[in-house]
Amino acid sequence: MVFEINAWYADKLLLATWETLYMVIISTFFSYLFGLPLGVILVTTSDGHILENRGVNRVLGAVVNATRSLPFIIFLILLIPLTRLIVGTYIGTIASIVPLTLAAIPFVARLVETSLKEIDWGLIEAALSMGANAWQVISKVLIPEAKPSLILGVAITAINLIGYSAMAGIVGGGGLGTLAYYYGYQRYETPVMWATVIVLIIMVQGIQMLGDTLAAKVINKRR
Amino acid sequence: MIEIKGLTKIYHTPGQEIRALDNVSLSVKKGEIFGIIGLSGAGKSTLVRCINMLEKPTAGQIIVDGQDVTALSSSELRSARQKIGMIFQHFNLLSSRTVFDNIMFPLEIAGVPRNEASKRVKELLELVGLSDKAQVYPGQLSGGQKQRVGIARALANEPKVLLSDEATSALDPQTTRSILGLLKDINQRLNITIVMITHDMNVIKEICDRVAVIHDSKIVEVGDVLEIFSNPRTPVSRDFINTVVNRDIPEELLHRSKPLEGSMTARLIRVTFIGESAGDPVISSMVKKYDVKANILYGNIDRIKGKPFGNLTLELLGDPVSLDDAMNYLRDLGLEVEVFNGV
Repeated sequence: MVFEINAWYADKLLLATWETLYMVIISTFFSYLFGLPLGVILVTTSDGHILENRGVNRVLGAVVNATRSLPFIIFLILLIPLTRLIVGTYIGTIASIVPLTLAAIPFVARLVETSLKEIDWGLIEAALSMGANAWQVISKVLIPEAKPSLILGVAITAINLIGYSAMAGIVGGGGLGTLAYYYGYQRYETPVMWATVIVLIIMVQGIQMLGDTLAAKVINKRR
Repeated sequence: MIEIKGLTKIYHTPGQEIRALDNVSLSVKKGEIFGIIGLSGAGKSTLVRCINMLEKPTAGQIIVDGQDVTALSSSELRSARQKIGMIFQHFNLLSSRTVFDNIMFPLEIAGVPRNEASKRVKELLELVGLSDKAQVYPGQLSGGQKQRVGIARALANEPKVLLSDEATSALDPQTTRSILGLLKDINQRLNITIVMITHDMNVIKEICDRVAVIHDSKIVEVGDVLEIFSNPRTPVSRDFINTVVNRDIPEELLHRSKPLEGSMTARLIRVTFIGESAGDPVISSMVKKYDVKANILYGNIDRIKGKPFGNLTLELLGDPVSLDDAMNYLRDLGLEVEVFNGV
């Protein structure tokens, strides 16, 4: 049977799935750790906003755009020295987390920016009229009001990172990308290739569904 | 309570300057309900936003409760704002918080301890009649209920001034009346000064003590509401008053010509009654006292801030001397008399 996968491959697949999830979860976490504040700064320093600062806004905007214009595979190679510096090696699952996180930060910043920009200015004005400071506006108005949209953003980021992690896999990053490339492609093990495809589809669907459900839950509660 | 001196606000857009407020000076007394009426784009919204510095004035001074808000540092301004409540046309409630937590919001900002704040929120819910909606999200409330939450929220830090930016403009007439009733009640119970921005003369008529008419970025008229209703001095004010009180003389009355006997002359006059005199039988005593006949052509009566306010269009018939005497008699009683023809 062509589609038969023996126990050895099944173990490999399980491990690779775990590695991919691990990379995606950790890098999503770190990209939000830095991307969320960056997105907040991009919004609040824009013209007419609570922390209006044209210089900061333009510089950060330019940096974000520059990083986002690089294809991930090039970004990955460019970052090898940095990855080595931080992790000690540039091969393996842990090492992949560095370029994945760094590539996702500007993406997250733009997603967060879009979510926060949707908030009605009237709400910000109301908070200011009560004497709120910038931090209170951010933590009590912007973030909570944008919560459903932010949750969907996390799902989009995680799904994007699955794609990036597969690319990292091809240059030795581990996970499903490595499995598909070395066994599926170079060793002509077609069943392995298909198995990874199926696992990836399930993973993406699962994340999207989780995001949709959580966002809907928040929205329904407020209705 | 609020002293506005020479307030000017200029917006700069590429290629042009927009003068939203032009040398506006106003004085609002403690405990009064002060209305500011104007058409959209007249500058009224900018004016009210300058009072709590949501808009920074280009020039001029604004003194609220003895404090020049234009000269405050940003942290001083934040504490000053806690004592200036504001309500909005679109309520601006946080959808992420329950009614209870929305009212809690300004108390959190002010750093009021949780137990104390919680107690205050319960009092406010009672004040606006929404105790049963405490745990509901704003999405489930009607417009009127949302504005009640807005009012409760604005009162949380016990402000001395309440700014209302078109607070009833998104509500139906019945709900508007109940919200205005609540504001009046709050004004009397808490002795809070209220500044109301509106384009609806009904709002002014219902609850305001004094009114300023703003037109083309300038204040064109300020005065007691009854006084402006009875004697508007500018066309803008007249237009606003006409939206709620019909002051126009029907066209056909102006061109009435009936043959008159002997030395009789006819005059078309309008008498405006305000307050107590509206209840006195002035017309019949005038007819008794002077040799004139009065033919009532047209009239209407209204209530402004609970006081009767009306006008009567009469055709007075008699010899010119008696007509003059009769009219002077009415004027001496403090009534407004206008002559339309037959002088």
